[in-house]
Amino acid sequence: MNPLSVLVGKAVRRASKLRGGGSALPGLVVERLDPGFMGRALTGLTHGVVVVSGTNGKTTTTKMVVELLQGQGLKVFTNRTGSNFTRGVAAALLGEVDWRGRLDADIAVLELDEAHAVHFVRLVPPRYSLLLNVLRDQLDRFGEIDATTRLLETIALATTGTVILNREDPRVAGIAASVTAADVVYFGLDASLRSTFPNDDELRGAAGIAPASALPADVVLEKVDGNSAVFLLSDAAPDPAGAEAVASESVHADLRLRGVYNIFNAAAALATARAVLGAAVVRDALIASLSAVEPAFGRGESLVVDGQALELVLVKNPSGFRLGLKSFDPAGCATMIAINDNYADGRDMSWLWDVDFDSLGLGGVEVVSGVRAYDMALRLKYDDVPVRAVEPDLPAALREFISGSKDSPKRIFCTYTAMLAVRRELSKITKVEVVS
Amino acid sequence: MPNGTANSKGTIRVLQLYPREMNIYGDWGNVLVLKQRLRWHGYTPEILEHNAGDPFPSDVDLIIGGGGQDSGQLVIQDDLQTIAPTLRGLAEDDFPMLLICGLYQLFGNFFRTHDGSVIPGIGVLDLETHGGEKRLIGNVVATSTEFGDVHGYENHSGQTFLGPNLAPLATVTKGEGNNATDEHEGARYRNIVASYLHGSLLPKNPAIADFLIRKAVERKYGSFDPVVIDDSLAEAARRHAATRPR
Ligand SMILES: [Zn+2]
Repeated sequence: MNPLSVLVGKAVRRASKLRGGGSALPGLVVERLDPGFMGRALTGLTHGVVVVSGTNGKTTTTKMVVELLQGQGLKVFTNRTGSNFTRGVAAALLGEVDWRGRLDADIAVLELDEAHAVHFVRLVPPRYSLLLNVLRDQLDRFGEIDATTRLLETIALATTGTVILNREDPRVAGIAASVTAADVVYFGLDASLRSTFPNDDELRGAAGIAPASALPADVVLEKVDGNSAVFLLSDAAPDPAGAEAVASESVHADLRLRGVYNIFNAAAALATARAVLGAAVVRDALIASLSAVEPAFGRGESLVVDGQALELVLVKNPSGFRLGLKSFDPAGCATMIAINDNYADGRDMSWLWDVDFDSLGLGGVEVVSGVRAYDMALRLKYDDVPVRAVEPDLPAALREFISGSKDSPKRIFCTYTAMLAVRRELSKITKVEVVS
Repeated sequence: MPNGTANSKGTIRVLQLYPREMNIYGDWGNVLVLKQRLRWHGYTPEILEHNAGDPFPSDVDLIIGGGGQDSGQLVIQDDLQTIAPTLRGLAEDDFPMLLICGLYQLFGNFFRTHDGSVIPGIGVLDLETHGGEKRLIGNVVATSTEFGDVHGYENHSGQTFLGPNLAPLATVTKGEGNNATDEHEGARYRNIVASYLHGSLLPKNPAIADFLIRKAVERKYGSFDPVVIDDSLAEAARRHAATRPR
């Protein structure tokens, strides 16, 4: 125990908050002063630690898992958006622990970037890991998607209780083969929905190699209609002895989350909550919690500008952009796209060429912006999508977009750093929670 | 623009090699650019695929191949050796081809991996590739007398060295290109353009796209009758790309 490092860390945290700084500095300070701090704070939680990782959907899924478990009466510690790396977890812990470094929680649910998760699980082996998908993203960081798969496999191998895997992603489902120390459960999709979620091998030119899904799934997303969904839950919550569930029941839920991809993430969250709670799970409360989850930062959240809805959709890789375009109907809505190529966005623009923009062809795009506005405009030209204006400067583009389409709802697709900039600008004219 | 064939100047068939396995860095972008520019020039494009096990089609006009992961390269290796004699014959017959990254490497003599094993290439291009310690990743600008500045993005661990009589596509002014030793980027042989650059390559380098189209059309119809395409967006994208950090 090292009360001093905790106190110093807390002081740095308070000071950096006052300066409006990011969350990493206090985490760095406590890591340097007391490398064992995080492991100690997270060891001894009744239900252990859940790690959520994968390419797409970590933030929303983590939020869902947290709220599902809270709905079952658990006290949950989690890390906030934008701190999905080890240092961010340490910083978040500083805000919650008492002066002796003790965390008052039953369970920790942590969203971790693939590479940082590998570092984290060496310090703190999780009891549960939820691995969502491996899609081409940030290849400039990880090199190959097969390398990303190996990162997720490392997380699975460090897991002591249950590994929850996406049955529909062959790279993720394949991880099961090397897991020996933990149980494995799957979440999946009904065959009728599988074409909606192409895995990376199916992104281009490989239609028809649907993955085999004879694997029994604990939760299957059976139907989606707008915001309402039907999930198929296997009869018993997964049994540690591995007994196969035979019967299953259909459960209907109306969600506040929008976009089919968020609803598939709900299946992942349900499977995770059921793994954590086992036979103790209260099903009706689980569905009630799920129905109440609001979208996370930048994941289809809606603001109001000049009395019209303005929707922000974060896009960071081809499959995410494809799902975003598929989930939000462009009819009657003015569209803007903002593409940056800063480190957090990925510097390589190749990914824009793996997205089809045909669905925007009818209405066109009002404004294209961001550092790589011209790359994006060029991409749209080759899909015959009309573009009204190209303005790399984001504040100017945003003014043009808002004044140019006063009477219609608006939607902005943006990369991560473009989204931060857009929110900063919007906060000058409307109420926006700015996350730094 | 209409897609009809009524006023078409002719049909050009573009063959994409192994689109399942070799498409990792926006390689579809290159196919799309060829398809659209053929249309804009007044020709009718047809896009075909060659996948492992397929009979090689005899009546194509342009070949395009992309980059893949190591696992993808393993899958296509045997098939590539099967069609190698055909590809060598086409290359010597001035057939236009665009080869990016993984297939660029495999069109050479061999790839010696980091652990010493040797993957045979098909010897269309006199070059060899050696697995490197670190990946070469980042924005690239290279300059050539034939196509002007070439803009793109590289992401590869193999380092490629050209034989004494094989010309590079361009000389690197930012980034690494073929390897971390010399200033070469890509290779130019007869009507073959080979490069490590994606981003994708052809959208921001329309001069290369039109070169391939010209060669395909001339080979089939004797002469190429292009129209002027407004490439101002590509020009602006090139200017911005040049200002970005590595
Ligand atoms: Zn490459």
